[in-house]
Amino acid sequence: MASFLRTTIAWAWLSGLLLGCSTPTLYSWGHYEAQIYSSSVTPATMSPEAQVAQLEQDYQKARAENKRMPPGFHAQLGYLYFQLGRLDQARRELEAEKTEFPESAVLVDRLLASLKKP
Amino acid sequence: MSARALVAVTACALALSTLAGCAKPYDYTNFRQHHPRSILVLLPKNESNTADAAWSYQSTVTRPLAERGYYVFPVAVVDRLMKDDGVSPSKAAEILGADSVLYVTLEEYGTKQQVLNAATLVKLRGQLVDARSGVLLWERRFAIQHNSNLGSGGILGDSTEAAHNLAGPANVRFFGDSDQGLLYGPYHPRYGKDE
Repeated sequence: MASFLRTTIAWAWLSGLLLGCSTPTLYSWGHYEAQIYSSSVTPATMSPEAQVAQLEQDYQKARAENKRMPPGFHAQLGYLYFQLGRLDQARRELEAEKTEFPESAVLVDRLLASLKKP
Repeated sequence: MSARALVAVTACALALSTLAGCAKPYDYTNFRQHHPRSILVLLPKNESNTADAAWSYQSTVTRPLAERGYYVFPVAVVDRLMKDDGVSPSKAAEILGADSVLYVTLEEYGTKQQVLNAATLVKLRGQLVDARSGVLLWERRFAIQHNSNLGSGGILGDSTEAAHNLAGPANVRFFGDSDQGLLYGPYHPRYGKDE
């Protein structure tokens, strides 16, 4: 019972710490991680079109709040556009990933090269 | 023994037991020497009984690492690329230009129902390795438990979902605890100012 109480208190404290404090985050996360979860664990729930629409909305919202998108966001969006055959938009998003995060250059150049393949 | 001496002895014993109880700070010598800018997170190895644990966890790992200041490769895109191009995990870092690779093993990931409560447990270990030299930069083993009271006739929710919801807070501590977690990365304002 004592250990149960301890864990409960620790948990309440932890949740308070995580939810209550308004620690400023570096990025605006939107649905990026939620989509990774749903597209891998329950793949039938959302079409690529719906995923693109949701991420584009996240991006507009973040821009309005002057916040940065997290690492991987533009690459993910670019990959979805690529799956839909919308190659210009795919290219634009991949370039955005590289501009925001030069660490992604090798990955992005590889993806861009595969877009050029017939 | 005088009362004063007894107090002194007791105080010493207390101080010692407190010190012994704390974990030693991690030795960050290798980490500082090869300080990575980017992290490639490979799909975790799943030793738990939860079938979807690996992707459940993988969808919670980007945020704490990125908020710690690192570039985190897009986990879903990388997975597709590795499958489509038949890239082995050992080659992936080189092909993607990653500075470091994070290997995670999920030891426990789910809920065990007890008499009056349900205990959700996320237990994991991780190793961060320098991609070029193969030097171990950081490793840690960590567990977090969340008990929920079922009450009378309480219904246990989905075990995977409970673990999934705990994975986020688990990662914040796993990577962020001072003296045990990762040093701050280059996109964090406190980069290079770690003790």
